[in-house]
Amino acid sequence: MSQEPIIAIDRVNHSFGAGRLRKQILFEVTTAIDPGEVVIMTGPSGSGKTTLLTLIGALRSTQEGSMKVLGQELRSASEGKLVDLRRNIGYIFQAHNLLNSLRAWQNVQMSIELHGNISPSESRDRAESMLEAVGLKDWAHYYPSELSGGQKQRVAIARALVCNPKIVLADEPTAALDKKSGRDVVEIMHDLAKKQGSAILLVTHDNRILDLADRTLNMEDGRLVSLDAAPV
Amino acid sequence: MFAIPLAWLQLKREKIRLLVALAGIGFAVILMFLQLGFQDALFESAITLHKSFKGDIFLISPQSTSLIAMKTFPERRLYQAYGFAGVQSVSPVYLGFGIWKNPFWEGPPQPQTRSILVIGIIPGDDIFSLPGMNENQDNLRLTDVVLFDSASRPEFGPIATKFEASKSSASLIKTEVESRRIEVGGLFTLGASFGADGNLITSDLNFRRIFTTRQKELIDIGMITLKPGANLDETLARLKQNLPGEQRIDRKKTPEQARQDFVVGDVRVLSKQAFIEYEQKYWQDSTAIGFIFTLGTAIGFIVGTVIVYQILYTDVTDHLAEYATLKAMGYKNRYLLSVVFQEAIILSIMGYIPGYILCIGIYNLTKNATALPVYMTLSRGILVLCLAMIMCLISGVVAVRKVQDADPADIF
Ligand SMILES: Nc1ncnc2c1ncn2[C@@H]1O[C@H](COP(=O)(O)OP(=O)(O)O)[C@@H](O)[C@H]1O
Ligand SMILES: [Mg+2]
Repeated sequence: MSQEPIIAIDRVNHSFGAGRLRKQILFEVTTAIDPGEVVIMTGPSGSGKTTLLTLIGALRSTQEGSMKVLGQELRSASEGKLVDLRRNIGYIFQAHNLLNSLRAWQNVQMSIELHGNISPSESRDRAESMLEAVGLKDWAHYYPSELSGGQKQRVAIARALVCNPKIVLADEPTAALDKKSGRDVVEIMHDLAKKQGSAILLVTHDNRILDLADRTLNMEDGRLVSLDAAPV
Repeated sequence: MFAIPLAWLQLKREKIRLLVALAGIGFAVILMFLQLGFQDALFESAITLHKSFKGDIFLISPQSTSLIAMKTFPERRLYQAYGFAGVQSVSPVYLGFGIWKNPFWEGPPQPQTRSILVIGIIPGDDIFSLPGMNENQDNLRLTDVVLFDSASRPEFGPIATKFEASKSSASLIKTEVESRRIEVGGLFTLGASFGADGNLITSDLNFRRIFTTRQKELIDIGMITLKPGANLDETLARLKQNLPGEQRIDRKKTPEQARQDFVVGDVRVLSKQAFIEYEQKYWQDSTAIGFIFTLGTAIGFIVGTVIVYQILYTDVTDHLAEYATLKAMGYKNRYLLSVVFQEAIILSIMGYIPGYILCIGIYNLTKNATALPVYMTLSRGILVLCLAMIMCLISGVVAVRKVQDADPADIF
């Protein structure tokens, strides 16, 4: 391959707990994701998908193996490095996790404010055009509590993507939504990320959206199996 | 730096909680204002009389501890001082507490009586800068006539109003002090103090008619007025050198204090400033007043701190998932801490303002009800504002530890 992978994972192990309660969750996880690639990860509940996502997203320290994200080794990286890296990743959570005291556009603006010196009026324009891109032009002034589940998740997508992150991590973003709006939300995220050239790692149980993936990974009991590249 | 005032938006979102917080802080602010205000008023009232003396140097007995516990000393000392260079005039002042009978009492048969401070001065001596003193100098010369303090507590009877009303009819108000029949010949304004609920001024002769056991040669305060341009320190030094008797040195005093407040023989000599401080020191050090009001203020402070802590803690707990999300997005701990502290500052200022306004009203009510000099001062306003902010910051410091619990790994 000509390109450097944007995420390179090499024999990562992860355990929770200490002493006799220590329990290993991830075993020798190894994979790589290229820039702009859309990867869907499936697998039974409790198999370790979320744990892997938090490691890639620099939300947890990597214990063993090598975890390179955006060219940076995360294992034994300082807390400050981890925080800086997070700013280049868009997160979409199962629950929308919006700030309830802020209006939709302010929620999006919270993400813009992290990135450099942008004047308030300019960042507001960017927030509103991003909300327009996810189909919420007329809802920018509403509080999260006034929006439907699908609308909230679309605000969360706008917040995650407004700063053109190189990587988007999404953990079961459709779990709380009905079929129709679930599909809509993932399509919006997929199209925007493709347009920006962001890589997506999406965890889902939803079989109907597998067709959006360039590649599918399967997690089973803490071991990663690439379905496409499975040994015959 | 941040265009979105997250702290304010979060507080504003929970209207009821915000109101409870403001009520709590306002309550604490009022409590602190009242305690400090009353304390200042009591200390202030104790020295109103001292401040109104026109003289520059004062002689008292070394055994006197405060205005309410004066011992006498020989008036000869005062007249000896008259001979020294720099002294323009000397005036003796007699003090005594007498039982005043309320002449307008219409209750049960027994008379309503109350202790009142009687001040005896020589008619013609210019002693007090008090409203009503100049107009009434001549009345002082009349036998058994007293001047009444119109700012005395109401228990002495509606003397001031009745006096104004009776002016035209020329029938003076008659009553008794220490069972001596006297007439009210005029009004002046001084105000109640800690020790005295009301005040009378009369001539030295009338004073001895009221207090029949008092001797002429023994006085309570000797007031010395300096010639224009005379040097206070030099005159004090001259008194120290030339008054009869041994000098006694109080080792607890600094040389500066000892120059303005010293004992020679059977008198204590004080500059006016030292005379005021001597009275204040008595009330601060020798009574529990200072302690009680400081305790009251501290309780207000603690109540406020607990209330703000509760509010901030609940607020942080409610927003923990949101804070974790912000951390996941790349916000640093520092940002979240600043949000909590901003909330603390906003709460303290917003709670202070209604507390301040209410307090001015309460001060006025108190002033009218007690005749004590209670009023808002700039320095107290600033002091309580600072206390309110410190209160909120302490709560913030404790509540902010909760923010560390926000773990971005938990929110996926
Ligand atoms: N913070 C934690 N402490 C201890 N065990 C955990 C923690 N987080 C997850 N686990 C355990 O790790 C396993 C994998 O969890 P997770 O990564 O959430 O799986 P998935 O997302 O595939 O459902 C589960 O058995 C879970 O109980
Ligand atoms: Mg999960």
